[in-house]
Amino acid sequence: MNYQVDEKGYYGVFGGAYIPEMLYPNIKELREKYLEFIEDPKFQEEYVMLLKDYVGRPSPLFLAERLSKKYGAKIYLKREDLNHTGAHKINNTVGQILVAERLGKKRIIAETGAGQHGVATATVCALKGLECIVYMGAVDIERQAPNVARMKMMGATVIPATSGSQTLKDATNEALRDWINHPTDTHYILGSVVGPHPYPDMVARFQSIISEETKWQLQEKTGKSTPDYVLACVGGGSNAMGMFYHFLADEDVKLIAVEAAGKGVDSGESAATTLLGKEGVLHGSRSLVMQTEDGQVVEPYSISAGLDYPGIGPQHAHLFTSRRALYVSITDDEAMLAGMELSKLEGIIPAIETAHALAYLGKMKFKEDDTVVVCLSGRGDKDLDTYMKYFGL
Amino acid sequence: MNRINQLFEQKKESLLSIYFTAGYPDLNSTVDIAEALEKAGADFLEIGIPYSDPLADGPVIQHSSLTAINNGMTIKVLFEQLKELRSRVTIPVLLMGYFNPLLQYGVEHFCSSCKEVGVDGMIIPDLPMYEYEDLYQEYFSMNEISNVFLITPQTSDERIQKIDELSNGFIYLLSSSSTTGKDLNVSDQTENYFSRIKNMQLKNPTMIGFGISDHTSFAKASEYANGAIVGTAFVKILEKDHYMEQIPKFIKELKG
Repeated sequence: MNYQVDEKGYYGVFGGAYIPEMLYPNIKELREKYLEFIEDPKFQEEYVMLLKDYVGRPSPLFLAERLSKKYGAKIYLKREDLNHTGAHKINNTVGQILVAERLGKKRIIAETGAGQHGVATATVCALKGLECIVYMGAVDIERQAPNVARMKMMGATVIPATSGSQTLKDATNEALRDWINHPTDTHYILGSVVGPHPYPDMVARFQSIISEETKWQLQEKTGKSTPDYVLACVGGGSNAMGMFYHFLADEDVKLIAVEAAGKGVDSGESAATTLLGKEGVLHGSRSLVMQTEDGQVVEPYSISAGLDYPGIGPQHAHLFTSRRALYVSITDDEAMLAGMELSKLEGIIPAIETAHALAYLGKMKFKEDDTVVVCLSGRGDKDLDTYMKYFGL
Repeated sequence: MNRINQLFEQKKESLLSIYFTAGYPDLNSTVDIAEALEKAGADFLEIGIPYSDPLADGPVIQHSSLTAINNGMTIKVLFEQLKELRSRVTIPVLLMGYFNPLLQYGVEHFCSSCKEVGVDGMIIPDLPMYEYEDLYQEYFSMNEISNVFLITPQTSDERIQKIDELSNGFIYLLSSSSTTGKDLNVSDQTENYFSRIKNMQLKNPTMIGFGISDHTSFAKASEYANGAIVGTAFVKILEKDHYMEQIPKFIKELKG
């Protein structure tokens, strides 16, 4: 079965480019050129150099022995938390800034929720000397003050999104509105595998370095390049897509995507899109969307600001409906406990997003020789405030 | 031939179309405002279906949309209200809305509901041409609903030709690539763009919108197209107390 995008920009029935005419020229330009750019040996040379010398790749694949012992399987952690800026987000921004340069764009815009993608975008803009404007929900600006300061230190302008619920969804709307109003000189660095085609495919390709490395690292460590299970958390789904990408064709590798259940999937305060969403169109692609019966997009909730998105990338929607990957959900409480557990067992404080993936280990039944890879998508420094409040530290 | 086609047959210059959001400022104000606009001299109307994430709209229409949703406006409620449309309003009426609410209502069902209440056309900014042609055009044709596409200064001639082929009401020319509610800034570049489109001799009439807020911008736009569309400037009138009383004056001043 094919799990990749077709020539019309669809994954099964999901995807496409549902955009107003104002965005069409930019999307068309990107669609016609992104593969040519990415496949150009000069692009690859610079991309690989930056990933190595600037981001610090390859990120280690670490056998977490105490965690393994607790859950009765060989559990490896793919250490995206050790990347420059502390999460997987920079794999994509490094790639897209090179695309923007080749398109001759002078002005970069981005949306951000928790601030990780905003920071990763501000970082590459500083590196390349390009103007950077980051849209961030006014509510998130309050919640994530250190990341706002980091963006500002690197020269970015942070503009509060004051429409709607003032979180990630609204920041994305504002970024798209900015792009409509700046039709020629601007590139939009979208941070997840969402948005109109070709974004989901382009971002997945830039994040696919995660599974590409995992394969040869597993081969080196275990003599076999495929594990039994791969786990990753999903909001929009970029770290999960990067972690799944090179395993999609290996049908015996079980892929598990962990969504945020928030206070419980039936609580009305949740972000478990595959359970609670219906087919719809959001931010330019047809996918699964949390919405009312009348088609108004609803506000999701999760304790982690990186997972409270009311949609999911169209490729994920396709993996979900075709059952290639299993989509499960973890509550705030389960995630917080898993974050604390990894800190105590392995000396690694994970981002709360990542902790959702870790929490699912406790719900699985392993055979002793099972090999498991968990994408450790980000580090928990940004979440210390939340950890402190939750555990009364 | 629906009411839109008939209108453009009869009148070819300085047509005025007014946009407002259904269910704003009050849930039940929709048809009252439509009737008042016809009496005041509007040539046709675009009634906006409110959406939670209107990404082509500026702050004024974002606000009217959110208020309308909070007032309880939905597509079902709107079609209920529009049952009395044709006993009170004779000019052409289009609905303008984002695709997701239509998708949930069902596009086929939506088109037949339009026909039932006497709606003549649709503007769906985020429904791409390809998807329209491939999946939905037949429902529009079957119910004689015109689908109106947008053109911006960045739209290529080739694409404009394709849009002209697919259109059967009029083509909506954006004065610039922008969200709604920006001021019209007529530069040489804009005039070149308007002239370029005029010289293409499209089979469909054209209406200029985005940034048309007063008589000067309306008159300017009318030089290059069959008329112009006013949205944000009118929605601002609806924000005022006693807005119904201000509608005749607003339309009179616009037309000059």
